[in-house]
Amino acid sequence: MSDSDTLTKTGLVALTGVNKHFGELHVLKDINLSIDQGEVVVVIGPSGSGKSTLCRAINRLEPIDSGSILLDGQPLPSEGKALARLRADVGMVFQSFNLFAHKTILQNVTLGPTKVRGKSKSEADERAKALLDRVGVGAQAAKYPAQLSGGQQQRVAIARALAMDPKVMLFDEPTSALDPEMIKEVLDVMVDLAGQSMTMVVVTHEMGFARRAANRVVFMADGQIVEEAEPEKFFTDPQTKRAQDFLSKILTH
Amino acid sequence: MDVISEFFSEYDGLAAFRTTIYLTLLSAVLALLIGTVVAVMRVSPVRVLQLIGTAYVNIVRNTPLTLVIVFCNLGLFLQLGVSLANKDSNTFINDNNFRLAVLGLSVYHASFVAEAIRSGVNTVPLGQAEAARAIGLPFLKTLRYVVLPQAFRGAITPLGNVLIALTKNSTVASVIGVTEASAVMKVMIENRPDVLFVVFGIFAIGFVILTLPVGMLFTSMSKRLAVKR
Repeated sequence: MSDSDTLTKTGLVALTGVNKHFGELHVLKDINLSIDQGEVVVVIGPSGSGKSTLCRAINRLEPIDSGSILLDGQPLPSEGKALARLRADVGMVFQSFNLFAHKTILQNVTLGPTKVRGKSKSEADERAKALLDRVGVGAQAAKYPAQLSGGQQQRVAIARALAMDPKVMLFDEPTSALDPEMIKEVLDVMVDLAGQSMTMVVVTHEMGFARRAANRVVFMADGQIVEEAEPEKFFTDPQTKRAQDFLSKILTH
Repeated sequence: MDVISEFFSEYDGLAAFRTTIYLTLLSAVLALLIGTVVAVMRVSPVRVLQLIGTAYVNIVRNTPLTLVIVFCNLGLFLQLGVSLANKDSNTFINDNNFRLAVLGLSVYHASFVAEAIRSGVNTVPLGQAEAARAIGLPFLKTLRYVVLPQAFRGAITPLGNVLIALTKNSTVASVIGVTEASAVMKVMIENRPDVLFVVFGIFAIGFVILTLPVGMLFTSMSKRLAVKR
């Protein structure tokens, strides 16, 4: 834990003493985590360990009870315009894609740039098309989300987030709702992003992705960060009993 | 069946139905506006607005329409002196009664519109609003660009029901002297009680002609505009 303590002061995202309850349930217990510019942090752990909540707390889709979350040195605003501005700088990719069902693929990507950033339609369209090409769904621009496969929808969701030029990207189990053959196409886009030194927080069960693209693995259980390490070290030589348990259950098949 | 030709010539039944249509359309537009505002208040995160929205719906929806309309005339106009037309005009009484009726019908049906839209909002998955907030849209823009367009599509069927109810409820305007269809019907019945059933039939058919296409239109719109998920 001493590694993370020194990072806390300098990180692009810095969580200090974060606590969160859902009623009686203590879902985040005194979380300290700092993420540097350009770092890819993968958060893994059993279901109900609080990893999704942690991810959602970073752009305040889940408000926290105590502690502080700093983004680029600034504390998260509580509500209103300032919070909206902050969220514009934090890209979010959801498990269930959440593409705007009544808008075309292109409109999904241009909504934020035009209505939040105030860009012109032509400028936003051009950028959106480039991003859709980059994630490999440029040909689908005029379709509606329901006409696309899950993998395609999730890549559109990534393009939608990237269109805001975020400082950091949050991925909340981005491949958990996908058929196996579609997982790779989404992970490829994410590996590509990681390669371009995007700062990323990825909650996932994809251990292969963690090994390939992560700078650091954060292992959570029961609302706490139990272990943090480089991926190779974490997967080959986990230090805590809880992590050893978890890995033995998922890596035996 | 001379009573049918009397309907057109002597009583100018078409003009009466035209008044019914005007009453309905104007009230529908106003009710949609007021109802949308009330629905937005009810789903807003601001507690005071929620309370105002909830109070509006629960008070207005549970008040008899006749009472609302009569209050517009006796209370607003005769007691408080609120008039909605030019006092010097020689059609003042008719204009004023018509507009007071529109006011009463709009305010009353807005509560039903608000509930229809709120039920539409409930058809929009939470993730839609979350995704909108995540790209930095503030509350009102999230509603305007993401939630409400989908909510209206999900609310088309109940909104159609409100419009049909409004069409028929516009007959209550006759109690404050607006000569819409049912007011003319009463006069015809007084003059021709011998053909009572025919008179009733004429007006029943008139209302069916107005409302049946509305129902069909809204059913087809609800299918055509449904948001595919």
